[in-house]
Amino acid sequence: MDTAGKRILMAKTGLDGHWRGPTVVAKALRDAGFEVIMIGMARPEEMVQASVDEDVDLVGLNIGGHIDVAVRAINMVRESRPEVPIFVGGVVPPHAKRKLEALGVEVYPPGSQLPDIVAAARRLTGLA
Amino acid sequence: MHEQLKQQLEHAQAGDRGALARLISVLESGGSDAAILERCLRARHGGGYTVGITGAPGAGKSTLVSALLGEVLAEPGRVALLAVDPSSPLSRGALLGDRVRMQPHAGSPDVFIRSMASRGHLGGLAMATRSARRLLEACGWPLTLIETVGVGQVELDVASATDTVVVVLNPGWGDEVQANKAGLMEVADIFVINKADKAGLDATRRDLEGALASLPPERRPQVLETIATEGKGAAALWQAIRDHRAAITASGELEQRRLAQVRSELKGMMDALLANQVQRLFEGQDAHARVLAVSEGSLDIATASDQMLDLLYDQAAGRV
Repeated sequence: MDTAGKRILMAKTGLDGHWRGPTVVAKALRDAGFEVIMIGMARPEEMVQASVDEDVDLVGLNIGGHIDVAVRAINMVRESRPEVPIFVGGVVPPHAKRKLEALGVEVYPPGSQLPDIVAAARRLTGLA
Repeated sequence: MHEQLKQQLEHAQAGDRGALARLISVLESGGSDAAILERCLRARHGGGYTVGITGAPGAGKSTLVSALLGEVLAEPGRVALLAVDPSSPLSRGALLGDRVRMQPHAGSPDVFIRSMASRGHLGGLAMATRSARRLLEACGWPLTLIETVGVGQVELDVASATDTVVVVLNPGWGDEVQANKAGLMEVADIFVINKADKAGLDATRRDLEGALASLPPERRPQVLETIATEGKGAAALWQAIRDHRAAITASGELEQRRLAQVRSELKGMMDALLANQVQRLFEGQDAHARVLAVSEGSLDIATASDQMLDLLYDQAAGRV
């Protein structure tokens, strides 16, 4: 099915400088036909505004640093765009993974395969 | 559907950013909903102004725009930005990265930033950029900055879509021959040599000013220097934009430019409509018959094309 016009926001939390993971994922999503809006490291408030103004269909969050910041970001995005699914990648320890999954977000820890992530994006944006 | 769109527009005009954002998506998708929405966006709402920022990939457009936003927001008021990046002609996907540079302003209620993928439209803008600007203006965002995709020499949509055109160059860019070439260099109202701390600044300024020397002084674009990463020169750029606006408003040139903008957009729409009609025609038997005839040598191509034009008129007349 056609990905044309489906928009994904890619953001990251935390102060560490690892930008490689989200960049690799963003490129794979682009090559699958998505429009990927990169905002880099962002505060939860910025993610909320970007997800609203950019009218995205999906939010991808790369988690660096403390899990609580990510949880706050997820909750805030949910509040303003409840219909938008969120998926998460990055270095997510098992207990954090459970915590995030309990919030209803899909978690793709290191070692996840790009085709699986792309397939998830298609499914979460209603394309598959 | 009509009612729902109207309602969304009312919400957007009442300040609902989510509604505004969804309506921009409607415009981007094109089709009948976009046309319905366009019918509600007649005329200018007064006081609107559009600034285009263009230049080669990597010239520092986004960083400069971010610094410029800082200057604009130092005064009361609000500003919208439409930032266009290219769609892949292969996958039709896009990486829209301009927002990364806009972080100092992210989250401010007085800024509305929208990333747009060019979606196959050539010319440096997206098909829906002009419509989105019109929508923004109708929703209380009178000042819009439009950042083009990184352009070469002939992607000049920005010139017919904005009131003031800023062209961003870098030190070491080209030589006097480049500076005299047609295209991008002819549409600038303001030149910015960004990354002015890099080698080659003086030569670039000299070549540029040499090329501009033949213009009458009142039409000669200013040449500014900036170091966008440090915000240096951004205040002077904002001042130059305001000066240019004041000058073309006073001289009546702004009115002429606005006419040219509408003319260009209307013609672009007609071109697209006609292209659709031609496409439809080519899906039918009449076109196929002529393709065969020309290919067999029983019809010449000029006559075939005349006949197709007649068919096109018939087809269009049947539509109304």
